[in-house]
Amino acid sequence: MGVPLVTVTPDPLDLQALTAEVVGRGSGDGAVASFIGLVREQNQGRRVSFLEYEAYEPLAVRALQRIVEEIRESWPDVRVGVHHRTGRLELGDASVIIVAASPHRASAFAACRYTIERVKQIVPIWKHEHFEGGDVWLEGAVADPDDEAARQAAHRIACA
Amino acid sequence: MRVTVRLFAKLRDLAGSGELVREVPPPATVQSVWKALVSEMPALADYERTMSVAVNADYSRMSSPVQDGDEVAFLPPVSGG
Repeated sequence: MGVPLVTVTPDPLDLQALTAEVVGRGSGDGAVASFIGLVREQNQGRRVSFLEYEAYEPLAVRALQRIVEEIRESWPDVRVGVHHRTGRLELGDASVIIVAASPHRASAFAACRYTIERVKQIVPIWKHEHFEGGDVWLEGAVADPDDEAARQAAHRIACA
Repeated sequence: MRVTVRLFAKLRDLAGSGELVREVPPPATVQSVWKALVSEMPALADYERTMSVAVNADYSRMSSPVQDGDEVAFLPPVSGG
C-alpha cells in the first residue's frame, strides 16, 4: 500500500515512498522536485546535540492539507506530498520531506519551495533544541493561515 | 461548562501540563478561557501578543465562541521544518 500525501509521524521519513505516491498519481509528468530538511549541527552559534519536535497533530495535518490546496490554486498542474516527523531527531536526521511533480521543472521547483516556506509559517510544529549547555524552544512565525501577506511572501520566494 | 485546554511547546512547559480541563462560565470565548488561564498562571500572559489559537483543532480567533466540551488550544509561534 502507498503512503498518505500528507502526514505527521514519529517514524523515519521515506522519500522514495512519497515520490512513488506523488508521481504514481500523475500522468505526463516531466519533472519531480524534492526537498529534505535535516537536523543541523549548528544553530545561531549553538552546537546542537539533538532536536525534539512537538506537533499539534490534527491541526498540523489540516494545515498541511491547506498548503496542498493552496498549491492546487497557484500551480494547477503540480501535485505535492509532504511528510513531517516528530519526536527526538539526531543530527542529520530528516525532519521534513517534500515532493512536487509537474509536467515542467519550473512549477515543480516553485511548488516545492512554496511548501517548505508555508510549513514554516502555518503548521503547528515546534523544535525543542537541546544544545551544549542547555535547551530552548525555537519560535518562528506567528501562525495565521489567513495572513495574505505571509502567503504572498512565500509565493514571491518560491518564484524568485 | 467544561473545556479542555491544550498547550504546546514553551506554553506547555510554563503550565507544567499540555492538557487541562477547566470550568468556565457561559457564554465563553477563546479570550475568556485565556483570561481564566492567565489569572491562574500569570507566567503565560506574555504569549498573548504572539500566540495563535485553535478550537477543536481548527485555527480560530480570540473572539470566537467556545461551547461546552470544546478543545481550546494556545500555540506559540511555530518552528517546524
